[in-house]
Amino acid sequence: MTTPHRPRPKTALGSLALWLAPLTFLTLFYIYPLAGILGVSFARSPAGLAAPLRTLVTSPHLRGVLGFTFGQAALSTALTLLVGLPGAYLLARFEFRGKSLLRALTGIPFVMPTLVVAAAFNALLGPRGWVNLGLMQAFGLAEPPIEFVNTLGAILLAHVFYNTTIVLRMVGDFWSHLDPRLSGAAQTLGANRWKTLWRVTLPLLMPAIASASLLVFLFDFTSFGVVLILGGPRFATLEVEIYRQTVSLFNLPLAAVLSLLQLACTLTLTILYTRLASRLTRPLALKPPSYTQRRLLTRPARLAAAGATALLLLLLTSPLAALAARSFARLDPERGQNTPVAAGLTLDFYRELSVNRRLSLFYASPATAIGVSLAYASATVILALALGMPAAWALAYRTQTLSTRVFDPLLMLPLGTSAVSLGLGFILVLGRPPLDLRASPVLVPLAHTLVAFPFVVRSLTPGLRSIRPQLRQAAATLGAGPFQVVRRIDLPLIGRAVLVAATFAFMISLGEFGATALIARPEYPTVPLAIYRLLSRPGALNYGQALALSTILMAVCAGGMLVIERLRIAEVGEF
Amino acid sequence: MFRRVSFLWLFGALLIASCAPPGPRVLRVMTHDSFAVSEPVVSAFEAEHNLTVQFLSSGDAGEALNKAILSAGNPLADVFYGVDNTFLSRALTENIFEPYHSPLLAEIPDSFKLDPTDQALPVDYGDVCLNYDRAFFTEHNLQPPQRLEDLLEPEYRGLLVVENPASSSPGLAFLLATVGHFGPEGFLPYWEGLRQNDVLVVNDWGTAYNTEFSGSSGRGPRPIVVSYGSSPPFEVLYSAQPLEQPPTAAVVSDGSCFRQIEFVGILRGTHNRDLAEAWVDFMLSTTFQEDMPLQMYVFPVNPNARLDEMFTRTMAEPQHPAVVSPDDIAAHREAWIQAWTETVLQ
Repeated sequence: MTTPHRPRPKTALGSLALWLAPLTFLTLFYIYPLAGILGVSFARSPAGLAAPLRTLVTSPHLRGVLGFTFGQAALSTALTLLVGLPGAYLLARFEFRGKSLLRALTGIPFVMPTLVVAAAFNALLGPRGWVNLGLMQAFGLAEPPIEFVNTLGAILLAHVFYNTTIVLRMVGDFWSHLDPRLSGAAQTLGANRWKTLWRVTLPLLMPAIASASLLVFLFDFTSFGVVLILGGPRFATLEVEIYRQTVSLFNLPLAAVLSLLQLACTLTLTILYTRLASRLTRPLALKPPSYTQRRLLTRPARLAAAGATALLLLLLTSPLAALAARSFARLDPERGQNTPVAAGLTLDFYRELSVNRRLSLFYASPATAIGVSLAYASATVILALALGMPAAWALAYRTQTLSTRVFDPLLMLPLGTSAVSLGLGFILVLGRPPLDLRASPVLVPLAHTLVAFPFVVRSLTPGLRSIRPQLRQAAATLGAGPFQVVRRIDLPLIGRAVLVAATFAFMISLGEFGATALIARPEYPTVPLAIYRLLSRPGALNYGQALALSTILMAVCAGGMLVIERLRIAEVGEF
Repeated sequence: MFRRVSFLWLFGALLIASCAPPGPRVLRVMTHDSFAVSEPVVSAFEAEHNLTVQFLSSGDAGEALNKAILSAGNPLADVFYGVDNTFLSRALTENIFEPYHSPLLAEIPDSFKLDPTDQALPVDYGDVCLNYDRAFFTEHNLQPPQRLEDLLEPEYRGLLVVENPASSSPGLAFLLATVGHFGPEGFLPYWEGLRQNDVLVVNDWGTAYNTEFSGSSGRGPRPIVVSYGSSPPFEVLYSAQPLEQPPTAAVVSDGSCFRQIEFVGILRGTHNRDLAEAWVDFMLSTTFQEDMPLQMYVFPVNPNARLDEMFTRTMAEPQHPAVVSPDDIAAHREAWIQAWTETVLQ
């Protein structure tokens, strides 16, 4: 018999070994470029740091922007939880047909480019959308009753639309491992359903809810496209203001001060979260979903489940379905033309996608664009898991050490960083050998990984921290080495969480637009880039093709997620 | 497990593909994301000079210029195409280009040559003009607007949608048209009048044209929009059904449009000066200039380049667009946008 190993890295050195790869990555591709751009920006201010700082403090406009950024993010996060939690309960506690399909469909919004989402919502709620037209007809109104474009409501709705899947997946996965006997016991002791939910289930779920809320909040806090396009000119987040100062006005010092402010907010939030998370986490007996899930047996249960499903589908997929339907519709001929054309179904737009009518050098067939997107997404999944898993383990095993307390908030910073600033930082510092990557497509998955990596860490840590230490200790006492403990104890218990993490990395890469637009080779566009090109040109044929390609992106996304769900981790899957 | 391995291969292949292969010399051309060109045109150029052209798409016009500025001296590419006259001063102040007195400049009218030092050479132009939905005005028995002043009349109330000049390039161009037409003192009262007449402001061209404008395939509620002079011919060219006449038309009376001119320049610090010069000459030559309109929706600055017959048939060109010099734009851009914001949005 070999010497019994302790399952946790015994020394700070062991923990540092786990940190090595993630920290090297973050230093090279995050801290170094960010420091570079901030340094150069401040160097450009003739009066030193004082001038932009004074602007920041004295400008009522910028104070308004900061307040709005926080306010809309808080509102959006609350609404997202409100919509997401019942759905998470449904997915966690019940077994029913079409569950993976429902999960995949609710994930599609996450990858759709903002321009497409704006078009989809406008098809429903815009001035000539179905809802307004219907209401005008029903009540004989002359003006569309619902105002959508350029309203706060549009921003909130789009944020809920994008981020509900985060709550569904992260909370849903954790919930599916909670032992239902705990709430059963509470009810036996006389608590009613609501009291059980409030006093037992929600507290137990808090680590996952906090994780998901933090991610949703950060996404909303740094929101750019949604606020710019749907919110209109009266609303601006910090990120929108940074873009405006950088690109339109070229005031780099002020942009840098705003970037730092955004970072400081992110850091404060994540430090608060880290404090909270260590207090919320309790060791639990995690159970496999096969043990915790029931079938929908009673009629009320079925009705409730059908209602919840319908609500999710209505909110998350109906705008996209409307858009997909439009991509098959022949456009009617009006608009000043007298040529009669029968309205009906058509595949014209899909056929046109495969035609390079103008022999353009940058034409990419749908197959090419899908291939490029999938290649970037695969690379991102591998890279994000390879970096995120060691980091998650290090965080979960050593919750109280200094390194953990320092690194944990640090990992989240990329999510709260201005994409414009970071992109320019890449250009500044990655221009000399051996890191001459400025013109390299490798930068695309690297940039995507920066966003995906915090997701991987946050998806894994709640589960890992909840594994009772006795389990690992028992395994170690029985002679298992540290790797065996990970393989036999940890992975089976959090196998699903690894899949959740992989799915997020996949979706983030598939839908990412900003960084890709700055770096990707024009001959090899991703699907969102190709859609953007079509949407930025006049002409019904271009518009129709953009909708057709968006529909293809939805299918690729749903397909990819279904494939990832079928994978099994460590040959055990869910036990 | 095999799946993992194949992912790794893919990533490896990407890494290898990113390294420069040995063979013909490589010319790097950095552009904004609206750049497009025909494959045969570039192939012929590559064969003639025994080189490979690598294009780097670098975001929108403003983002691409920022990238060029921050990499000045150790440039990302040899040539940068896509600075327009609203950004020209920024590019020249930041000293990102090397001068190049191309022999082809002799063929190009002086009105396009805004940089006397020949660091930035004109390539193409396009006009930002009001577009209107022809069917709407026929149906309502209303005269389409002829001049900017018409939009203040009560019969055009609630008909116009424009882009925010703080976030959109055509939006800024239209603001400059009003500055050029009404003068730096007179443009704000004009906008105050537009505001009284219920102008709608959105942040980007896509929302204005595809969502709010009634003449596009999005069928919005507003029949007048700020777009390009070339938008009507492209509604014909890229219609879903064959069309004889464009569904929209542009307002091109004197002083109602703003002309965007785009420039190319050799990036300071290039190691391929000879290839870069060849590329700049190529962009000014009739071969490239004739290819441009159908690829990029912009028009040749070289008068020897012939335009497709479709354009001459479906498009009206402004004879006297409004003029604001690049130096004035650079000096007042922020103040004008600020004043506009206070007048129209607050």
